Amino acid sequence: MNALQIKKGANKHSAYNLRPTFSDTVEQHTLAVLVDNEAGVLARVIGLFSGRGYNIDSLTVAEVDRAGHLSRITIVTRGTPQVIEQIKAQLGRIVPVHTVNDLTVEGPSVERELALIKVTSEGEKRVEALRLADIFRAKVVDSTLSSFVFELTGTPDKIDAFADLMRPIGLSEVARTGVAALRRGED
Amino acid sequence: MARQMTGAKMVVQALRDQGVDTVFGYPGGAVLPIYDEIFQQNDIQHILVRHEQAAIHAAEGYARSTGKPGVALVTSGPGATNAVTGLTDALLDSIPIIVLSGQVPTFMIGTDAFQEADTVGITRPCTKHNWLVKETSELPQILHRAFHVATTGRPGPVLIDIPKDVQFATANYTDAPKKSSYRYNPPVKGDQDSITALIAALETSKKPIFYTGGGVINSGPAASQLLRELVEATGAPITSTLMGLGAYPASGDKWLGMLGMHGLYEANMAMHDCDLMICVGARFDDRITGRIDAFSPHSLKAHIDIDPSSINKIIHIDIPIVGDVAHVLEDMLRIWKARGRKMNRDAVAKWWTQINEWRAVDCLKYKAGDSKIIKPQYALQRLEALTKDHDRYITTEVGQHQMWAAQYLNFEDPHRWMTSGGLGTMGYGFPASIGVQMAHRDALVINVAGEASWLMNMQEMGTAMQFGLPVKQFILNNERLGMVRQWQELLHGERYSQSWSQALPDFVKLAEAFGAKGIICSDPADLDDAIMEMINYDGPVIFDCLVEKHENCFPMIPSGAAHNKMLLGDASTKDAIKEGGAVLV
Repeated sequence: MNALQIKKGANKHSAYNLRPTFSDTVEQHTLAVLVDNEAGVLARVIGLFSGRGYNIDSLTVAEVDRAGHLSRITIVTRGTPQVIEQIKAQLGRIVPVHTVNDLTVEGPSVERELALIKVTSEGEKRVEALRLADIFRAKVVDSTLSSFVFELTGTPDKIDAFADLMRPIGLSEVARTGVAALRRGED
Repeated sequence: MARQMTGAKMVVQALRDQGVDTVFGYPGGAVLPIYDEIFQQNDIQHILVRHEQAAIHAAEGYARSTGKPGVALVTSGPGATNAVTGLTDALLDSIPIIVLSGQVPTFMIGTDAFQEADTVGITRPCTKHNWLVKETSELPQILHRAFHVATTGRPGPVLIDIPKDVQFATANYTDAPKKSSYRYNPPVKGDQDSITALIAALETSKKPIFYTGGGVINSGPAASQLLRELVEATGAPITSTLMGLGAYPASGDKWLGMLGMHGLYEANMAMHDCDLMICVGARFDDRITGRIDAFSPHSLKAHIDIDPSSINKIIHIDIPIVGDVAHVLEDMLRIWKARGRKMNRDAVAKWWTQINEWRAVDCLKYKAGDSKIIKPQYALQRLEALTKDHDRYITTEVGQHQMWAAQYLNFEDPHRWMTSGGLGTMGYGFPASIGVQMAHRDALVINVAGEASWLMNMQEMGTAMQFGLPVKQFILNNERLGMVRQWQELLHGERYSQSWSQALPDFVKLAEAFGAKGIICSDPADLDDAIMEMINYDGPVIFDCLVEKHENCFPMIPSGAAHNKMLLGDASTKDAIKEGGAVLV
């Protein structure tokens, strides 16, 4: 029943008790998917999204439990409430998938993304780039006489904002990891 | 107990341990070690098909008619790619099959070796799960797990790709673990509160209906039994999808017949007008719902399914119950009895009065026409009359004949009706009939076919002859792709593009060329004798039944229309499908 989010003890069951049913509103959700770290598991997840026409805004994956051979896939996706529920149910029935958690609706969570951003500029623009980097708490991890590579961690919005500011100054390349997310609190 | 053996021997050992008696397959370079092991044993019979697609459909036929998983063995490259259609068919109809494919040796993977294909990549979206085995030591547990995954939860096809060096190498064989020790074990018991909510709704419902599907059959014999008990006890009408025929007997007085695009008028009207719909192991397929926003507008909807992704996929469900059909039906019966066996009997009696008015329309009646021409409906009525007392299994191909078979043949028990529902695979029926006959050697196995579908896997005549399988190929020959022709008539201005069968073989001579029996029949007066001749012949028969060429399949919900907008015959077809419906399939 987990995938349908039916409250225990409720007797009028609907998967969308709290939101309008089959609404047209597109929502963005962050899903944490725990999977067996076996060959092809990422292809299964990605194939599900492409095969059924779902969107992926961001996706990160790495092994998180070496002994248990478990990987955590964090997917940021968007769709109507019905599509989001369908995505979760479809993910849940992939054989090597252990759990699917919707961090967007299951209480508060933290989301972080890391970006490496190359800015090529000279003179006053170089100084301005460093000033802005300081405001955003970005670190300089590489420098030449005409370029910097900044390392920046934060929410996707913060990284977007930093990149937008750097654009007129000489933004030349951006590499982003995609979102990693965890539920706040003890469990 | 651990025993040293080669990977190839492990395959045969695991099949034996899993209770497999029949494997459908075709050899090739990358599976030769396994074929060598098959040669050296007698527990498992190998059925040599004439095309790998047929091996998969035969395994499906075996599985659908027994409730046990079917097994197929194919070689690498083209062997595996030929399996794709059958795998997809089994995935859409939730049929448990295990396909073993050979692969080039591990050290050659990725080099574009001879007969190399990325089999796990190609079959990933058309299997429930698949594995590429890289170490012989992993092989026994993957084999056992494959059977577990294929048959647990919502059943489906799985594939194991085994490189040739893994087949040759030696490692320890290990036995199958207990089923309960697997992590993959979807819950079978439904939420008790939800079931109670459903019973409460059933007790007060004025116009209830059971809408059942293949999930009832997949759940096992107990599910069909419990369904019958529940329907009899509550007195509610029941309809079923194409996949679910036989779970409730066609002779039962609560039976409304199949629903959907070519379902019965009374079934579709009752679905549209009901106030409580209890969907049991069906999935609101587009062949069933017709127009979504007009689908059963006034009903409370409950859905019992073991797969959570089926619930709320198409239609909003008020009472979702995730669980195995048999478990949930058992709880429903228990809770309903415990609460005092209440039903709104007066209202349900009125509901039946309404249903009987719809029944009186007699939607399956058809114009008799020329007395010298066999109507396909008549051919099936006679086939039903002359075979119903036999131990009978029916398979079909795909098209008009398939819908007529579903309408005019009656199924009293589950596992007696094998048809390609979800994927709609022409060429399914003949190899499936071979799989069914292998599982039921003494039964009467009939493939109701159209001539065009049948030609798609006609090479299997060789298989039927080699293994002495007396499958009856009952071909309704209209020299047309009947369903395509019907849609062209309704939707494409009667421009019959590529929808007739030219240069057809002489089916009698074709049968004789294989050493089988051929029967041709074109006169309704000869039909009974010809069918009896087919039944009584001990061996494969191709029955070329020449039928009316331009018969359309009715009743029909035109695409894009609601259940209560059924077409009952040719007269009502003009402009029945609007522009929006024309883009639908």
